[in-house]
Amino acid sequence: MSAPLLEVRNLSVEIVTGKEKLRVVEGASFSIARGECVGLVGESGSGKSMSAFAILNLFPSPQARIAGGDILLEGRSLRGLSPREWRQVRGAQIGMVFQDPSSYLDPLIPVGRQVAETLRAHGRNEGTEARVLELLDLMELPNAAEVARKYPHELSGGMRQRILIAAALALRPALLIADEPTTALDVTVQAGILNLLTRLRAELDLGILLITHDLGVVAETCQQVHVMYAGTIVEQNGVEPLFRRPRHPYTQGLLGSVLGPESRAGNLFSIPGSVPGARDMPHGCRFHPRCPAAKHGVCDTDEPPLVIRAEGGSDRCARAGEIANAWERAA
Amino acid sequence: MSTPILEARGVSQLFPIRSKQRLFARTTMQRAVDGISVAIHPGEVVALVGESGSGKSTLGRMMLGLLPPSEGSIHFRGKALAALSAEEARTFRREVQVVFQDTGASLNPRHTIAQSVAIPLLHNLGMRGPEVARRVDSLLDQVGLAPGRFRDRLPHELSGGQRQRVGIARAMASDPSVIIADEPVSALDVSVRAQVLELMDRLRRQRQLAYLFITHDLGVVRALADRVLVMQGGRLVEAGDVDTILSNPQCAYTQRLLAATPVPDPSRQGRRLAEAMRQNTLGETPP
Repeated sequence: MSAPLLEVRNLSVEIVTGKEKLRVVEGASFSIARGECVGLVGESGSGKSMSAFAILNLFPSPQARIAGGDILLEGRSLRGLSPREWRQVRGAQIGMVFQDPSSYLDPLIPVGRQVAETLRAHGRNEGTEARVLELLDLMELPNAAEVARKYPHELSGGMRQRILIAAALALRPALLIADEPTTALDVTVQAGILNLLTRLRAELDLGILLITHDLGVVAETCQQVHVMYAGTIVEQNGVEPLFRRPRHPYTQGLLGSVLGPESRAGNLFSIPGSVPGARDMPHGCRFHPRCPAAKHGVCDTDEPPLVIRAEGGSDRCARAGEIANAWERAA
Repeated sequence: MSTPILEARGVSQLFPIRSKQRLFARTTMQRAVDGISVAIHPGEVVALVGESGSGKSTLGRMMLGLLPPSEGSIHFRGKALAALSAEEARTFRREVQVVFQDTGASLNPRHTIAQSVAIPLLHNLGMRGPEVARRVDSLLDQVGLAPGRFRDRLPHELSGGQRQRVGIARAMASDPSVIIADEPVSALDVSVRAQVLELMDRLRRQRQLAYLFITHDLGVVRALADRVLVMQGGRLVEAGDVDTILSNPQCAYTQRLLAATPVPDPSRQGRRLAEAMRQNTLGETPP
């Protein structure tokens, strides 16, 4: 078998402030194949975005850095690349889109030229105009030529996100990292963007890393899912078994928090407490202070390792078996 | 039935649109809100749904008295806003409060949490002295923020869910009878969303508080609202009891909204791919 498109091995990220070192991602491993959409789910502060920034070496602050592990793109390690080599990877081999489309577009430049900028930055000066129109067309934007002349403020949020996806895919990268691409959008517009990503994945054989906190979005678009909590991956599985038989209490908690047709105020479920900060990580399992199934003397003493299960997938829970069975009985 | 606390009677909002093609072209008027009537009764939760640009936030701003309607009128306890005396206008501003979506932008970054929550107490209720601090603490307590831990913090030190609770505490400080909430939970994590919704529901039951809940999340509508109004292009296209409308939507937009809401069920994946392919071959314009 050939190397996967992207392989993240035992990745750790830390933020260094003065003398203090805070681990915000600890030993995360996952891989993405061509034509596969992999979901990274968790609450804010769980380390999802930090993992994505690490893949691109694009940390928002110089204090964050990779502390350990390796990132391989088609078998080649991305660690230790020079800034010049990085510029050839970003955009050309890995594209990225973010949550808030307006803050990544220059308000004073027509959007077509901003898509072309990606091409020019990589030395493609021939036929850029035709390629831009082709891309806007691929994004299902009607009247591509007209849209290309417009300024960001003349477009809706959904159209702006399509422009960013066009720019991210301009150089035909094999991998797209999408960090909460639909969170700022209306539900109907979100559906359009998710349909688009699904189609691009199938048509271009694109690998997608989809970062989201919405399990509904994951269920409808991803094939593999990694659930992150407090900087570690706590459960990994194919999308179908993960939703049918979640084994980690955190995954079950997230699923239980989704508002379904029967949810009414008065009996809404929520996970008590909040994600611990890297400074005050609890001893033992990182989730145990919020876990209704935590066992004294087990969960508060040792951090459970990531165990690969015979039935498929892996998880970090000392009581995974009983907890998964309880979920299936209740369903 | 009792007199509604807040009512819009046939309100419209017209915004001028200047043509881009010609310098001296005649200005046309865009009807952002077109002849809408809504009545909110004590203790009632009315949800207002619609896509971006449908005019739902504009209607919310008119009902808050922030934007005078171009046509029609807003009535507070049966009396038109324009006809309120200075004293009544003060009561209106105290009793009708707002909670915004963007918790980062709606709190003064230089004010501590206690200062932000105290402002309505000082200005709307004329409270002075140690009573202010006591009231701030009890409000923070009500929204589930331990006063000792949060009183002296600044907004940037809080999470989104915590800031949204501060926003609710500040709205509650004036002891309102109606809260107009514009997407108050859409920026929050699923795990926190439920806590904020429960809080809003508890306050409603304890104080007969009414809400106009502007959202596009049907899960939230089902969980909290009694009635739902669906807006499209500035007009009301569907209105009625939540369970009736969501189980049997008549209007195409409501149906589209229901179909678009993601469900945590992977078996729907095949359907999405099929839909994506079909849409593309038909060349339908994206929303």
